[in-house]
Amino acid sequence: MSQVLDITHEHCPMTFVKTKLALSKLNAGERLEVLLSEGEPLENVPKSSAEQGYKVVSITEVAKPVWKVVIEK
Amino acid sequence: MAEKKKLSLIVFSGDFDKTIAAYTLASGALAVGYEVNLFFTFWGLNGVKIKQGRAFIGKALLDRFFNFLMGGRKKLPLSRLNFGGISPVLMTGMMRKNNVATLEELLEATKALGGNFYACEMAMHILGVKKEDLIPEIKKVLGVATFLELAEGGQVLFL
Repeated sequence: MSQVLDITHEHCPMTFVKTKLALSKLNAGERLEVLLSEGEPLENVPKSSAEQGYKVVSITEVAKPVWKVVIEK
Repeated sequence: MAEKKKLSLIVFSGDFDKTIAAYTLASGALAVGYEVNLFFTFWGLNGVKIKQGRAFIGKALLDRFFNFLMGGRKKLPLSRLNFGGISPVLMTGMMRKNNVATLEELLEATKALGGNFYACEMAMHILGVKKEDLIPEIKKVLGVATFLELAEGGQVLFL
């Protein structure tokens, strides 16, 4: 069962902050679906999550300019 | 894995806008995996007092006077165009309206993500501020040498 986090209306640094807080609450193997906007969040949320050892499962466009990034702990 | 990246912030000015910048950098860096140290000194101490408004802190008359005039987190002045303290209130309203995190939200995020808070021993001594006057997140009261040790190998910013 994956959790959903919508950060489409957030700005820096809360995009990363909310993602990080949500990821830290997951158990290993659980997934987080992050809805985010193009630009800075789309470029950096998957990158920084991967750098911190989380697995980026998929990055798909939902409806311009919103994307869905699935991250597994 | 590479050694953990590190950011150390010297929060000196105690200005509303610069304190926001400090917590923006701190929470953002924590969220992308940095270790973050915040060192509060001089006017910066105002933002980490338990008493958020104007309060007489300290024993000596001048300490009490100074601390009252400076106030706490709710009284931080904007570095420009402060207009007697109206501007920080207006600015917070503008931030809310534009869905940008406020000072309080950024501080809470910095706490939640495990930022390390420290206070300057010398500045506290001058202003008659004790550790018990500061928020419990202040891990330790330290001096330059210990701060430099903590900051070694990372980036340092003075705000």
